[in-house]
Amino acid sequence: MFKLILRNVGARKMRLAMSALAIVLGVAFLSGVLVFSNGLSKTFDGIIQGTTPDGLVRVEGAESFSGGATGVSAATVSPEVVQKLDDLPEVDIAEGNVDGYGMYVIDADGDLLGGTGAPTLAFNRTEAPNMDGGKILQLLHGRWGTGADEIVLDEGSAKKAGYEIGDTVKLITPIGELERTATLVGTAEFNQGGTAGATLIIFDTPGAQEVFLNGRDAFTTIGLTAADGVSQAELVKAAKTVLPPGFEAVKGDVVVEESQDAMAQFLDVIKTFLLVFALIAVIVGAFIIVNTFSILVAQRSRESALLRALGASKRQVTASVLAEAFVMALFASTVGIGLGWALARGLAAMFSAVGLDIEGTFLNLSTSTVVISYLVGIVVTLVAALMPARRAGKVAPVAAMRADNVVDKGSLRRRTLIGSVVLVAAALAAIAGLAGVDGMPAAAWLGIGAFTSLLTVAVLSPVIGAPVLRACRLVFGRLFGTPGRLAGENAMRDPRRTGATASALMIGLALVSTIAVMAGSMKASVDHVVDEEFRPDFIAQSVIFAPFSTTVGDRMEEVDGVATVSRQQMFDARIDDKKDSDTIGAADASYDDVAHLEALHGSVDFGAGKAVINEDEAEKKGYEVGDTLTLHVQGDKKITVEVGGIAKENVTIFPVNVPLDVVEKAGLQRQDNSLSIVLADGADSATVKKALDKVAEPIPLVEVNDKEGFAETIRGQVNQLLFMIYGLLALAIIIAIIGIVNTLGLSVLERTREIGLLRSIGMTRRQLRRTITLESVAIAVLGAVLGMALGLIYGVLLQRVLKEDLTVLFVPFGQLLVFGVIAVIVGVLAAVIPAIRASRLNVLAAISTE
Amino acid sequence: MTSPAVTTSATSPGSAAARAIGLTKVYGSGESEVHALAGVTLDLRAGEFTAIMGPSGSGKSTLMHCLAALDTPTSGEVIVDGTELGSLGDKELTVLRRTRIGFIFQAFNLIPTLTAKENILLPLSLAGSSADPEWFDAVIGTLGLGDRLGHRPSEMSGGQQQRVACARALVSKPSIIFADEPTGNLDSTSGADVLAFLRRSVDEFGQTIVMVTHDAVAASHCDRVIFLADGAVVDELARPDREQILEHITALQAAAAARQGA
Repeated sequence: MFKLILRNVGARKMRLAMSALAIVLGVAFLSGVLVFSNGLSKTFDGIIQGTTPDGLVRVEGAESFSGGATGVSAATVSPEVVQKLDDLPEVDIAEGNVDGYGMYVIDADGDLLGGTGAPTLAFNRTEAPNMDGGKILQLLHGRWGTGADEIVLDEGSAKKAGYEIGDTVKLITPIGELERTATLVGTAEFNQGGTAGATLIIFDTPGAQEVFLNGRDAFTTIGLTAADGVSQAELVKAAKTVLPPGFEAVKGDVVVEESQDAMAQFLDVIKTFLLVFALIAVIVGAFIIVNTFSILVAQRSRESALLRALGASKRQVTASVLAEAFVMALFASTVGIGLGWALARGLAAMFSAVGLDIEGTFLNLSTSTVVISYLVGIVVTLVAALMPARRAGKVAPVAAMRADNVVDKGSLRRRTLIGSVVLVAAALAAIAGLAGVDGMPAAAWLGIGAFTSLLTVAVLSPVIGAPVLRACRLVFGRLFGTPGRLAGENAMRDPRRTGATASALMIGLALVSTIAVMAGSMKASVDHVVDEEFRPDFIAQSVIFAPFSTTVGDRMEEVDGVATVSRQQMFDARIDDKKDSDTIGAADASYDDVAHLEALHGSVDFGAGKAVINEDEAEKKGYEVGDTLTLHVQGDKKITVEVGGIAKENVTIFPVNVPLDVVEKAGLQRQDNSLSIVLADGADSATVKKALDKVAEPIPLVEVNDKEGFAETIRGQVNQLLFMIYGLLALAIIIAIIGIVNTLGLSVLERTREIGLLRSIGMTRRQLRRTITLESVAIAVLGAVLGMALGLIYGVLLQRVLKEDLTVLFVPFGQLLVFGVIAVIVGVLAAVIPAIRASRLNVLAAISTE
Repeated sequence: MTSPAVTTSATSPGSAAARAIGLTKVYGSGESEVHALAGVTLDLRAGEFTAIMGPSGSGKSTLMHCLAALDTPTSGEVIVDGTELGSLGDKELTVLRRTRIGFIFQAFNLIPTLTAKENILLPLSLAGSSADPEWFDAVIGTLGLGDRLGHRPSEMSGGQQQRVACARALVSKPSIIFADEPTGNLDSTSGADVLAFLRRSVDEFGQTIVMVTHDAVAASHCDRVIFLADGAVVDELARPDREQILEHITALQAAAAARQGA
């Protein structure tokens, strides 16, 4: 029996290779994502481990990887503290660090370097080793700098920015003056190699102090190296005895863990995102396996019957098909894993384009990746092949004697009946979601309904798709005459086959259409919100939501025609006894007027020195006017603020907002996150805009936008995400194309004699190619119509469920039309190879085929 | 039945509807070289019902395939309805098959997705032209297919299917019809019906038909029987009966056996 299975696999190489391709791609994507995300984690773990000393002294409550976007403590320690620590017998070396957040490099072309991806880190170079005893930094070229006018950049950033040693580098500074220049004197990198795309700006200690601490001889953190035989715990315990209040000593291991956790949160989002698409690819691949094996089993029914007649049991016939699937899955998974390894490099290249560099040496196949990939590839293939395999076992032995090669397929009635019941259940789940039935979030109800209905429609596609195919037949016949009519007939010849093939494409298009409706609604909602709540004439914000120097606002205030510049900053704080920190908004006295805040209770005037709570938050947490909030800020500072008013829900403020002076009271660095600009009466908007742009010009970080420009920026961000998702879904569509190629190839093979007959009675090669192409288009159109219909329904329902955020429904009919056109193109492309093969068939050989 | 005033061919009766001149066909090369046709020169006269007979491997099918523009000879020339085939490309050959040649095969003669009527009109619709309705009705009437036009092949008997195939071959008024064992898959009654119809289309419509067969009964319906052996024409009979044909076949087989024995 085993010999027969291997022979079978060998004899049907081409057909199996095509369906194996579907599994190859699915597994490749899966293993590629796994390899990539492992590499991603390892890259960051390596950097974190390699840059952390045995112990660290820092402002109490400071989170290591916050990047300083939401408040940087202005607290520092003096050199005396460093000396005291250095004198401790447990401490081998204590080195003061100066970390400057918010500095950016302007590249040689005047554009911001990096920014949207990995962070830019500016700091002083120290000789302190990391916890493994190695150097933290390694100089690659040139020398280390001296003073504030000389810097060393990491090698990668210097190259990307187009700077060479000796060049003058432009830097954006986070406080005070907007920009400064320094000479590039060397390039370096983290000792374990690479920076994962982060930009490093390295000063010497006096240089960093001049730039970030106005020249004060002080430090933001202190790195500790334990003396020989002293554990991290002992080191920290000893250090605590000499620390000033508001500072804490932390074990290196803890810092590493914190950083890794913070990184993991961010990396998990990427991983999950990519894995979802890998899963979609695998499911689409499974459809193709089902279909290919169904066709193979049908074409082989006489052989199966012969086996049965010769004494093979049902089980043996079924098992032989499954074994064949297993051999194919093993082969396909192996190729897929290899391909995935290459794909991970492709993903890495893609992410490096947005600033996340992954060391190539970390992109390896781990045991778990290999095991998971094989498991998924094999299990999915076997499950998919199970139904066709059972059908093969059911072939009656007498079929071997019959002349015709038709398997009894039974009626579609049972399928229709069960499918309809399941569809009703799916619809009920969706209704439960809309009605807000308890037990699960609305989106989860909807998700269950969507997933179930997608699979059910796939199963029912031979029935549901019939009208679409009939329409195709009619239209093709009208447009293309007899070849068109023949194509329409062929597509309807085996509805199961056509339906299953179209379903693979349907899944991709359903998702693409759902996303299109969501994105369209998102953009429309943004426009709506911006229209309602964008009250100032201009807003100046960092493109990456990073804070910037208050000097920008100072200069804008001086622009002719500007009446008011209202400033907002955000920072992290724990409110009362809560464990996790929230982002708190801080706004100056004019903001309530600029933003047209309306008071529901009390006063929303920030000038009153009281907190303003947004309506929803007040409702959720039960805040009332007169309540007192205690804000816990890093450095062990506690600030109490009284609630002065509840504002009518407004998206331009945070849930909890305080007056701007709270920032300084909390010991945080004063910077701005957003500036709202109001014009003086009679000022010319265009002229003022030009002047404001000129103020922001030296720092590409800050963008000045009017209402339309602001909406446009957000729409641009939505589009970016949209195109990324489209790109990832393209794989599912490519797999679906392979499915169409496969089905058509098998159909052509099956109809060899018919093709010979058509050719002999006068069908030209061109007409034959057109017939096959149109059949392919019919399959693609069926998939597209079903997919877009479902996608439209899902999209609309999702918008209903998420209507709090997605206030406006927008159906992008233009885009859907484009999808339809793409589906037709997909059909045409999928038919190229089968059509050429069919038209090259020797007429004589084709007619005499058995 | 009244014969409609139609001529089925541009060629006048008695002249050659198709000619083979020095046809050879060689398969393989070197040691395994097989001469399927070893120089056949032959005129197939218009308005005649010709049978080509011969034992298996005599080259009768190869000869027909070459004459019908389905296969290309190794050397020699085929002329169909005044057109030399040697210089034609695939496209021209396809058009030639569509307009001037009709086919009837042994089995699998119809497209399963099309109705009988659609099958009959297929060559014309592929050419983008339509049938002469009078002629169509005449053909259908003669074949007794009037009540079957809306049926698909799977709903018809083998004899009915073969009659539809005959109608398809006739409806485009080809210069010549090639039939490859048209009764091979049919029971004797259905076979006789088909043969009678082919005979009538020669007699009443002036159609030229060439039939490959090894059935002496089938061949006895023909005006002329050509015998092939080892790739060459060895004999021919005019208007023979069944016994004459059988005698000839026996004689040819005896001669072949003698050659092999020698």
